[in-house]
Amino acid sequence: MITDEEVDWLLSDLLEVYGYDFTDYSRASIKRRMSRLFSLDRFPSFAEFRFKLRNDEEYLKRFVEEITVNVTEMFRDPTFYKVLRTEILSILATYPLIRIWHAGCSTGEEVYSMAILLSEANLLHKSLLYATDINPSVLEKASRGIFPLSQMKQYSENYIQSGGKRDFSSYYTAKYEYVKFHEDLKQKMIFATHNLVSDRSFNEFQLILCRNVLIYFDQNLQERVFSLFDYSLESLGFLALGSKETLRFSTISTNYRQHSSKEKIWRKIS
Amino acid sequence: MAENILSKKYKLVVIGGSAGSMEVILGILSELKRTLTLAIVIVLHRKKNGESLLVDLFSSRTTLVVKEAEEKERILPGHVYIAPADYHLLIEKDFTFSMDFSEKVHYSRPSIDVTFETAADAYGESLICILLSGANADGALGVKKAKEAKGLTMVQNPEDAEVSYMPAQAIAIAQVDLLVNGAEMGAIINNLSAQ
Repeated sequence: MITDEEVDWLLSDLLEVYGYDFTDYSRASIKRRMSRLFSLDRFPSFAEFRFKLRNDEEYLKRFVEEITVNVTEMFRDPTFYKVLRTEILSILATYPLIRIWHAGCSTGEEVYSMAILLSEANLLHKSLLYATDINPSVLEKASRGIFPLSQMKQYSENYIQSGGKRDFSSYYTAKYEYVKFHEDLKQKMIFATHNLVSDRSFNEFQLILCRNVLIYFDQNLQERVFSLFDYSLESLGFLALGSKETLRFSTISTNYRQHSSKEKIWRKIS
Repeated sequence: MAENILSKKYKLVVIGGSAGSMEVILGILSELKRTLTLAIVIVLHRKKNGESLLVDLFSSRTTLVVKEAEEKERILPGHVYIAPADYHLLIEKDFTFSMDFSEKVHYSRPSIDVTFETAADAYGESLICILLSGANADGALGVKKAKEAKGLTMVQNPEDAEVSYMPAQAIAIAQVDLLVNGAEMGAIINNLSAQ
């Protein structure tokens, strides 16, 4: 187990050596992830762990990938996707070009879910899906569109619960232990690194999804990210969060109305 | 240990349970006195959905406030918090909750270990850590961490547990303070409360 002091050292190393600022992340989670990595990679001492991180850029990639949580699912929270499918997409359909931002997209499962929804609503051809993450190696995975076959049963169930009518396997080709989603789903995806802590807005969107990212941030950082989203969202655009996240305590909340009481989707009304 | 118990310095009780623990938890809740000065956090293995049902069910057994733990919420005495389905529930050093959607631990999310370990880190010797019946190894390591942090560790007597595996795992790896039958736990918690 890594001590609090050691966590502080690693956090200041990351900032000083590489410019990654994790100081406003929820501490218990990051401490646990660091401790986990320390024992996973079998370092004989904390000093060696720290030395490796400071001096090996390849290890930095692994470190960032492991301390940021990259667990995600396709059609996670099917009722959320059902609301997107039945209520939100028809509004977005009125725009000539639909711009969607998946902020903190991790390995991309939710971006592919969205592409499937758009394609079924015959909207994919006029959409752009921006998928960003702090971490280049997860984006690399996302852009490949290759996911473990073992997950497909769960994803297929999620898809059906979200209102999907097709045979889910029609969207991918299976080979050995993996499946590859069809290239046409990827046509409108743009993958780019973006750091929610330090980077600015880069476009205006009608829908921003940032699900299960803010839970890792402290309140100050959450507030900063909400302002970034507010700045990046067109009037009457939608902001979608994870099921345990809320806009309620943010200063921007007065400009937003929650679209449905059950799902964490807000609409910008001014 | 006796001294620990008399000192009544405890602020938080974390209770972890899996298969066979529901009846024990309901029993504990119905015993808790309304002036309890401790906060209670319950981590229960279960299916993805149905948290609102748990809040209702638990509320029906106690006059204390029962709610699902919320992101960044401050932990207050006299409240019973339930870990939400499908997220790990972590406890921060400033006595607030945070959540995490990282890998399952022992096939479980929420994981009892995760909450126990972070609670041990945040509360140290003012923590009471209780592990109940279950068919899973989750929670054992957390009990060990709570013990190392000088908290009071209490495990359901395996002979009393509907499924003895989980308490037995904890006993195997940690110097547990008390082995207790489920029916006695509520009274013990009341006694450890300041008032």
